[in-house]
Amino acid sequence: MGKIQLRQVRKSFGDVHVIPGIDLDIEDGEFVVFVGPSGCGKSTLLRLIAGLEDTTSGVIEIDGNDATHLPPAKRGLAMVFQSYALYPHMTVRKNIAFPLKMAGMSPEEQEKRVERAAKVLNLTNYLDRRPGQLSGGQRQRVAIGRAIVREPAAFLFDEPLSNLDAALRVGMRQEISELHQSLKTTMIYVTHDQVEAMTMADKIVVLNAGNIEQVGSPLTLYHTPKNIFVAGFIGSPRMNLIEGPEAAKHNAHTIGIRPEHIGVGDGPWEGVVGLSEHLGSDSFIKVDVPGLGVINVRAAGELNVHHGDRIKLAPTGKIHRFDDKGLAL
Amino acid sequence: MSTQSTRMAARFMVAPSVIVLFIWMIVPLAMTAYFSFRLYRLLSPDRTGWVGFNNYVWFFNSPDFWLALTNTLLLVGGVLVITVVLGILIALLLDQPVKGQGVLRILVIAPFFVMPPVAASIWENLFMHPQNGLFAAIARGFGAQPILFLENYPMPSVIGIVAWEWLPFATLIFVTALQSLSSEQLEAAEMDGASAFNRFRYIILPHLTRAITVVILIQTIFLLGIFGEIFTTTQGGPGSASTTLPYMIFKQAIVAKDIGRAAAGGIIAVILANIVAYFLMRGIGRHLDA
Ligand SMILES: Nc1ncnc2c1ncn2[C@@H]1O[C@H](COP(=O)(O)OP(=O)(O)O)[C@@H](O)[C@H]1O
Ligand SMILES: [Mg+2]
Repeated sequence: MGKIQLRQVRKSFGDVHVIPGIDLDIEDGEFVVFVGPSGCGKSTLLRLIAGLEDTTSGVIEIDGNDATHLPPAKRGLAMVFQSYALYPHMTVRKNIAFPLKMAGMSPEEQEKRVERAAKVLNLTNYLDRRPGQLSGGQRQRVAIGRAIVREPAAFLFDEPLSNLDAALRVGMRQEISELHQSLKTTMIYVTHDQVEAMTMADKIVVLNAGNIEQVGSPLTLYHTPKNIFVAGFIGSPRMNLIEGPEAAKHNAHTIGIRPEHIGVGDGPWEGVVGLSEHLGSDSFIKVDVPGLGVINVRAAGELNVHHGDRIKLAPTGKIHRFDDKGLAL
Repeated sequence: MSTQSTRMAARFMVAPSVIVLFIWMIVPLAMTAYFSFRLYRLLSPDRTGWVGFNNYVWFFNSPDFWLALTNTLLLVGGVLVITVVLGILIALLLDQPVKGQGVLRILVIAPFFVMPPVAASIWENLFMHPQNGLFAAIARGFGAQPILFLENYPMPSVIGIVAWEWLPFATLIFVTALQSLSSEQLEAAEMDGASAFNRFRYIILPHLTRAITVVILIQTIFLLGIFGEIFTTTQGGPGSASTTLPYMIFKQAIVAKDIGRAAAGGIIAVILANIVAYFLMRGIGRHLDA
């Protein structure tokens, strides 16, 4: 079981109010991703749930029991740190067995569980090495191994992939997703990378300056962002946000159009191509349209336009409308 | 720095300093060895000559020698144990975030800057003195007889004084080492269910092994030669109760004015230091490798 509820949780460091007050329900077995720009309080929120920081006020419930003042070890949660935080003087085997040893488990049972975790994570051949002799991806797996042997109520991940190179990151992302499929344990995953959030999450929590901007499934956030912040944060390349007369035509203060919802060829807008990136599968171009600013366009397949070309654009998909406070209309 | 030519160049560049250092070491050592086989008493300078191993034999036959040897090892061992154990405890306290941390650290380091004879004098006269000392005052406050530290417990007293002087050094090294321990490791251990004691036992202590090794090796080098504190306080007494090897050599050289015997004592001290170094490196030297 791993149902976690936050009720009006606040956190201040001195007079800096990092988390001004958060309410959040995390259901058992859910994969929840906290996403937001750097410094928005994602790690702090995760550490509050873990018990590594004290709440300034508010209540944290785990499986219906008040855990606000429980020490970390008593909460039944396991955490994977960004730096992996492996114990450098212990072998992989001892690292993974450490929480079991601390729980007073018998050596045979420890060994059994370590072997099982090692098999799941492809670490069997590395059990007698030290963390210093492993690659980044392997260390990451050891850290995950140390978390799963405890069979916790929920896993907490704090930007676990940010120290890995791009190729490994994609691989580990899938491994973590598969792990979630097979364990069906609640996972809370912190990242600043919206692609990770979109690909892994059942539920995304978008944070900005310690506040929850929106909670929802990846596609809900993509199709119906509640405000400009979420609209701009989710989706790559960023949504085009247009103010002024063009927005007024749609009775809005700001309108937002995703780059993939703009067609090239004929249309009401005309501009000069600035940057153009051709990936084969996709083409990303930036077009300077007088009166609108620079418009990002994403077209599937190859698009034969280059720097300096004059082209015409037209919106082809949903136009998101926002009022002067940035809220969706 | 791995091609043949860079290695050659490196050897060539360090050669002068290696040669100077070697001469620096070998000349006094050779002279000491030379005198240790000679009859050379300052009180009868005209009677000189080779005496073979007589000077050494005198040492080994002297009952004071074995006492001095024991005292030397006792001093080194006692001070090491006290400074390492207390040093780690104080370092753990100093690593806590408290107000005035900077000042606190300077206060803890301060004893290290007091020169040994001064430190010994302070302890002898302000703390251990049977009439004027702080300890005597405390004892009287409880209605007890003041303890005659230097008379009845000369070796423990000397060990206490020297440990006081070296504690800051050990503490400083341990504090530095603790600061390099990632807080995430401790947090991970906390999440893994390790109690405060287990975090110390399984995370902090292993992290400190290299620092402990450094402290032991460096302190041993200096502790084997402790002299000033004994000279200022007990003068090796009462009787020979607190005589160490360096102090015994001093007595031969300056009091008995027998340079030959003193030189033989010097060579014995060098051999002892090498034996200690050998066992230390065998025992804990591997912790120095990364
Ligand atoms: N121990 C602390 N003391 C003071 N400020 C802190 C502390 N930890 C974090 N903060 C501040 O809280 C804010 C959020 O930090 P953090 O949760 O680490 O952000 P994120 O993980 O989203 O990048 C930052 O502005 C940071 O400076
Ligand atoms: Mg963070």
